[in-house]
Amino acid sequence: MTREATVTDDTTAPAAERGDNLVEVRDLKVHFPITRGILFDRVVGHVKAVDGVDLTIPRGRTYGLVGESGCGKSTLGRAILQLIRPTSGTVNFDGVELTSLPANRMRAMRRRMQMIFQDPMSSLDPRQNVESILVEGLQAHGIGADRAARRELITRTLDAVGLPKWALSRYPHEFSGGQRQRIGIARALVLGPELIVADEPVSALDVSIQAQVINLLDELQDELGLTYLVIAHDLAVVRHISDVVGVMYLGALVEEAPSDRLYAEPLHPYTRALMSAVPVPDPEVEDRRERILLSGDLPSPANPPAGCRFHTRCPWAQPTRCAEERPVLRPVGTSRVACHWAEQIASGELRPHSVSTQVVRPKDEGDAPHAVSAPSEPGSFV
Amino acid sequence: MTITERARRKAEKLDRLGELSAARDDERGVSLWQEAFRRLRRNPAAIVGAVILGVFLVVAIVGPFFVPYSPTDTMGIREGLVKSGQGIIPGSSGDHWLGFDHQGRDEFSRLVVGARQTLLVGVVSTLIGLAVGALIGGVAGAAAGLGGRWGRWVDGVLMRVVDMMLALPSLLLAVSIAALLGAGLDTVMIAVGMVSVPVFARLLRGSMIAQSGSDYVLAAASLGVRRSKIALSHVLPNSLAPVIVQATLTLATAIIEAAALSFLGLGNPDTAVPEWGVMLADAQPYLGIRPALAIYPAVAIIITALGFTLLGEAMREALDPKLRK
Repeated sequence: MTREATVTDDTTAPAAERGDNLVEVRDLKVHFPITRGILFDRVVGHVKAVDGVDLTIPRGRTYGLVGESGCGKSTLGRAILQLIRPTSGTVNFDGVELTSLPANRMRAMRRRMQMIFQDPMSSLDPRQNVESILVEGLQAHGIGADRAARRELITRTLDAVGLPKWALSRYPHEFSGGQRQRIGIARALVLGPELIVADEPVSALDVSIQAQVINLLDELQDELGLTYLVIAHDLAVVRHISDVVGVMYLGALVEEAPSDRLYAEPLHPYTRALMSAVPVPDPEVEDRRERILLSGDLPSPANPPAGCRFHTRCPWAQPTRCAEERPVLRPVGTSRVACHWAEQIASGELRPHSVSTQVVRPKDEGDAPHAVSAPSEPGSFV
Repeated sequence: MTITERARRKAEKLDRLGELSAARDDERGVSLWQEAFRRLRRNPAAIVGAVILGVFLVVAIVGPFFVPYSPTDTMGIREGLVKSGQGIIPGSSGDHWLGFDHQGRDEFSRLVVGARQTLLVGVVSTLIGLAVGALIGGVAGAAAGLGGRWGRWVDGVLMRVVDMMLALPSLLLAVSIAALLGAGLDTVMIAVGMVSVPVFARLLRGSMIAQSGSDYVLAAASLGVRRSKIALSHVLPNSLAPVIVQATLTLATAIIEAAALSFLGLGNPDTAVPEWGVMLADAQPYLGIRPALAIYPAVAIIITALGFTLLGEAMREALDPKLRK
């Protein structure tokens, strides 16, 4: 007991240091080595899944993270929770630096930050019943004096996520998808965390169930004052739930803005393309509106383009700066945008032009490959 | 407050719904093992296998108390009925259902009593292989899946040892071990057991590594569960199904391999104790005179191995989550 107490004291920063921000991430990088070789592994390169991300999550708010598949948003979420050790950079959680925390102190910290997974079936151990799933976290942190006390805590959590009491003795495969996700949420909640990282919390669910789960997350936030980092590729979901939205492209944030602002007036060319992909539920408008179609595929994160990551596909790309100088996230109005020409694009001074697909490949890779998945005309993919 | 109220109302509604739908079922949930057992019971192959093994088990346990004659009594020679040297070995008769063996012993009694020895060799050697193999594979799998850089090194060393064992033909390995330890029943069991070690080790390791990458392991890590506990209470139980199936299948091959070792003269030196493999070996010089002496133990071995294989295959089907509806 005393040991637990000191651990908790250690991990809680003095009140003076506590700001309004629960999480502060600075220049976070996660690079996965690519190894080759039969006997001895030789590192031949790195996949730069997350490559220099700064973000701040205010206490009690929801930060939404969007981006296409493979842009590194899930890796970023896991790196913040130290489930994947970052290559460099800092993650400050309520005044405690997580990246340099020894393993046992980090384990104790996990009580305060939890995760909700995309696929509720695969994230629940099929051989554990619900009670044992929920009790596991409590045991790991020594919460609850005895079985009865834990039972009480678990029952209250089940109530909060809208699961019946008879669920306790049941196994995950006996539930529906929505109920399983509620079990996953209950598992995260039972420890009383402050931060919840929800990695695609509803994308594996039926549309009718999605709304229920999102509303549940909303209610829980109001009730318990939780801070969320919601990772999703569904723009509507993120808009509904988030206070601030960050848009990721190829391992880095390209734009960050208050939710409504981002959707009303996207500043970064990539965000504009992303927003224009959202269909409008009015056939007349849908037919007439202008869509920005991106050509080509997401470049390989093992070999990202020099300069602005997006310049190979950007309809606004300029001959100067874009290909040489990597733009930093800078304030433009109430948003933060990583684009050299954000103001000019916003004012209409720069017009979009067509983009011919560029192949990005390592310098030593010989001739241009014949089979590149490039569309014959711009935008014929998308 | 209203939110709690709403949640409670929702929970009550769900409770009612649950009571209605659970009325046909009992209180408790159905675990994966229970469900696998239900599927197993519905599989005819499993039932046939279980019946064969049941008969085998009963014969092995109580058979020796009910045999008509002592399996070591050379009554045939004493009574002058068997003259192996002159090629006279009488076949079945009313008194001796399966006739005599070459030393004038009652073949039926020997076959029944031999079941116990055969079962003992099969079970014990499989258990030896399972224990050693699961230990090596479990440590390697846990180290490779959850142990990081140092763990991968441990895994590499253990697996190279296993690879070396795997490189030798199984019978050759068993013969070498048996030759090293000297002939004897223990030797047969150890030798046959060691042969199956690499199979169990590889199987458990691969299964554990696959499970280590699953979301629920990540979920447990994010809960703050210790890695040792994750390995023992999540990864291991979820990796056991293929190993259990392999154990039933190995029982069949263990019996055959033990028979092969006995046949080669590396089995129990106390040849008076009947064992199917020994009986098969003893029948060899008399194949021309009375082939039935070889056929009886061979058929017994085949049927028993078939029983284990049927049950093992059925268990694999029952435990494989991909076949679950």
